[in-house]
Amino acid sequence: MNQNRDYGRWIDRRQSGSFTARSLHMDWPLLLGLLILSSVGLVVLYSSGGQDMDLIWRQCIRLGIAFGLMFMIAQIPPHHIERWAPWIFGAGVLMLIAVLAVGTVGKGAQRWLDLGFFRFQPSEIMKLAVPMMIAWYLADNTLPPSRRAIVVTALIIAVPVGLIVKQPDLGTSLLIAMSGIFALLLAGISGRLVGGLSILAAACAPLVWFFGMHDYQRQRVLTFLNPESDPLGSGYHIIQSKIAIGSGGLYGKGWLNGTQSQLEFLPERSTDFIFAVFAEEFGFFGILVLLTIYLYIIARGLYIAAQAQDTFTRLLAGSLTLTFFVYLVVNIGMVSGMLPVVGLPLPLVSYGGTSMVTLMAAFGMLMSIQTHRKLIASG
Amino acid sequence: MYSRIAIKDQIREGQLFSSRAIIALICIILALLTIIGRMVYLQILSHEHYTTLSQNNRVSIQPIAPTRGLILDRNGVVLAQNLPTYTLEVIAERVKDMDQTITELGQIIDISGDDIKRFRKQLKHKRRFQPVPLRLRLSEEEVARLAVNRHRFPGIEIAARLMRDYPQTNLAVHSVGYVSRISEKELDQIDPSNYAATSHIGKLGIEKAYEQQLHGTVGFQKVETNVLGRTLRVLQRTPPIPGQNITLTLDTELQRTAKQALAGNTGAVIAIDTNNGEILVMASTGDYDPNLFVNGIGHKSYDELRTSRAKPLFNRALQGQYPPGSTVKPFIGLAGLEDGTITPSTSLFCRGWHTIKSDERKYRDWKKEGHGHTNLEKSIVESCDVFYYDLAQTMGIDRIHEFLSPFGFGQKTGIDISGEASGILPSTEWKRRVRGKPWYLGETLIAGIGQGYTLTTPLQLAKATAILANRGRSIQPHLFMQASLPDSEPFEYQTDRKGEIIAKAKPSNWEETIKAMENVIYGRHGTARRLNRGQPYRIAGKTGTAQVFGIKQDEEYVEEDVDKHLRDHALFVSFAPSDKPQIAVAVIVENGGHGGSVAAPIAGAVIDQYLGGRQ
Repeated sequence: MNQNRDYGRWIDRRQSGSFTARSLHMDWPLLLGLLILSSVGLVVLYSSGGQDMDLIWRQCIRLGIAFGLMFMIAQIPPHHIERWAPWIFGAGVLMLIAVLAVGTVGKGAQRWLDLGFFRFQPSEIMKLAVPMMIAWYLADNTLPPSRRAIVVTALIIAVPVGLIVKQPDLGTSLLIAMSGIFALLLAGISGRLVGGLSILAAACAPLVWFFGMHDYQRQRVLTFLNPESDPLGSGYHIIQSKIAIGSGGLYGKGWLNGTQSQLEFLPERSTDFIFAVFAEEFGFFGILVLLTIYLYIIARGLYIAAQAQDTFTRLLAGSLTLTFFVYLVVNIGMVSGMLPVVGLPLPLVSYGGTSMVTLMAAFGMLMSIQTHRKLIASG
Repeated sequence: MYSRIAIKDQIREGQLFSSRAIIALICIILALLTIIGRMVYLQILSHEHYTTLSQNNRVSIQPIAPTRGLILDRNGVVLAQNLPTYTLEVIAERVKDMDQTITELGQIIDISGDDIKRFRKQLKHKRRFQPVPLRLRLSEEEVARLAVNRHRFPGIEIAARLMRDYPQTNLAVHSVGYVSRISEKELDQIDPSNYAATSHIGKLGIEKAYEQQLHGTVGFQKVETNVLGRTLRVLQRTPPIPGQNITLTLDTELQRTAKQALAGNTGAVIAIDTNNGEILVMASTGDYDPNLFVNGIGHKSYDELRTSRAKPLFNRALQGQYPPGSTVKPFIGLAGLEDGTITPSTSLFCRGWHTIKSDERKYRDWKKEGHGHTNLEKSIVESCDVFYYDLAQTMGIDRIHEFLSPFGFGQKTGIDISGEASGILPSTEWKRRVRGKPWYLGETLIAGIGQGYTLTTPLQLAKATAILANRGRSIQPHLFMQASLPDSEPFEYQTDRKGEIIAKAKPSNWEETIKAMENVIYGRHGTARRLNRGQPYRIAGKTGTAQVFGIKQDEEYVEEDVDKHLRDHALFVSFAPSDKPQIAVAVIVENGGHGGSVAAPIAGAVIDQYLGGRQ
């Protein structure tokens, strides 16, 4: 601590123009974890994509963009982020409404907003905007939050979640709801209230089943409960994925030697089901190593949150980290047949752009929070 | 903003957050442990189960068809073989523009509209990487033209496949038979795994009878396939065991001689090696090209074969049943001698007809004026009918039946291909059983000259003649000589009915009968004296003329007045050399007229070639 403080002062003295480690606003332990993880991702992708170097290059370009964005966001001091939070949130909600009105339909759901030169999913922005908004709102209140604060927070969560459910995109809405709930939990909401809300949610489940879900979503849940009921249809993904994981065994079949993935029995093997490729080729011990890398990144994120100096940064860092964790658990849970297939990627490993960019933006905020700490204190 | 933060209890909020963060971390670790638990279950506890599923996913077993055995004649002449035929195949995924490719291919080789139609139909049912045949049975010239232009057509392949081929075409079709596509009915009878890669099966003749030996044993290869079923590599291979080559007892050259001698007539020739029952010739006119059947014969061609007057699909040698006519006389004469009813010197005066007391009907001799004094030898040499009317009347039908049965009359010979007819050797018991009527004496009389109910197949006649030539020693007619695989001991024909004396008679009675049969050829009045051409060996034989339609009591049979297809059948049975027999020949020429003039020369040609070639 003390050493850090001294180091900070040293930075303060030389803050003008000196191109040093500290002035890059990078959290080196976190950056190391992210680099290792994305390298592992490229190795697995090379195998799952049939050794297609074009695929690897495209993924590298995405990673470059994502790391670049992370670097830029890390330069923004947290109080700027705090100040922009309600505006970003408001803009995000408007865009979600716009998506429902004029959005582009892809894969049976309206998720994209086409601005002519640029197509993007406003729901991705909400993954960041909702924790930011809640952290901004609760930062002005005393904690633990009052009942009134809880109700307002619930509204902040419910509006975008409701709009995204409408698209429909169950996976993202679930993730956003979770990020908001994490912020509330970290803010110190009472355990009893959490229990009560859980029961209420469970009671609402049948209503959601009958009125809130599309046929294909219901089918996914049914398939999850009994994948063998439809082995050639929607159960096929889960069956093949379990075969891939199970046949990997302790040591795996070796890199590039997974028969399930190399012979293309495993669907979506470069995107949502890439974990099964990893499990087949690197086995149980490989999974232990991979989970250790994730745990390291999450632990570092929580450490940054715990070290943060005000409520906004604490809540934001905490809920972003936990959201990252939810990605991990939901993806592995779905690939290994513990959760229904909701279509979330394995963070930083799966091929694909949008969620990676969002995730790295979140890590940029974590780095900003960590590296601007001393400046705020001394300012 | 700063002042508001100041009001808050920063330290307490920090502590609250930290405790929640620790709870979160614990929850995270628990969740990770749950995931690890799931992995332990999938990857360690259920590892074998999922390994099996994964193997089943990728490994498939493909059968490999064995090569069908050849069929050869006794001298090694190929009767059935496997020839590569070339098929033009197209792999859709490698073809850029299918329509253009087909059009351009059509400029190089002949592609019919039917070919294209069938190709398009099959294309829909195959994966894009699987070859689909566009043109079958390419000629060598077409293969060469395609090979030269190959570079212009990515995705085309010329596949060679073995196809059954019968180089002698129709020569021995009735014994060799043919193969054709496996039918639904046959699918139920064959071992599905052994025939997993086989498309054709023996339908007739030797091809059917020795299907098991000819087919061989299927081989297998384990191959790795991807999700689309594309074969990536062979993991393990068990080669097929080819079918055995089968050598037949047939002599192609002799068969050809018989066919040429038969040419222009309808009929059948059977020649048997009297020592062992090997069938040297089995010729039936009205034949066809078995190659037509290999790839499925068209309806039109098949109808033509089926409805043709010449009945080409009908194997007369095996399936044709004819009255033996006078060819039965040596057997009945021998029966009389052995029975004691007559002696070689017993003489009868033939005045041209015979009557029985109960009947006013005249049983005529073929020679209107009669043969005069006739003993056994004369009765055979000149084929006197009256002698046999009398002999049969004295012996009675049942004793004739009893004596003739061991020669195989009225029974299937047990030849090793199917379809054989059994013929009829009548008896009182037979008539009661089959016709439900009593036997009449008149029927005995005409049975004595091989007419009436008596029916034989040419094969039966040949077998009976061979037993006579062997002085009672039986033989088993057969076509199979040996089966062999390269590098292994051949499997020879075996039968448990070899060399048994089944027709018993005193040696002198055999010799009397056979001497008479020699004089059919060498006697001055012999009905087949035209065969006497000074051969270094002696032939014994008997002519026969079998009535196709009955003439009224007072009418005369005038050959020229009768429609060709109602004329008498001409028959001839013979063996040679008469003292040490080697070959027995039976000939029938449908509606041929007289045995001596039509049938005997055919047998003579076969015997001359067989024995002449040996000396």
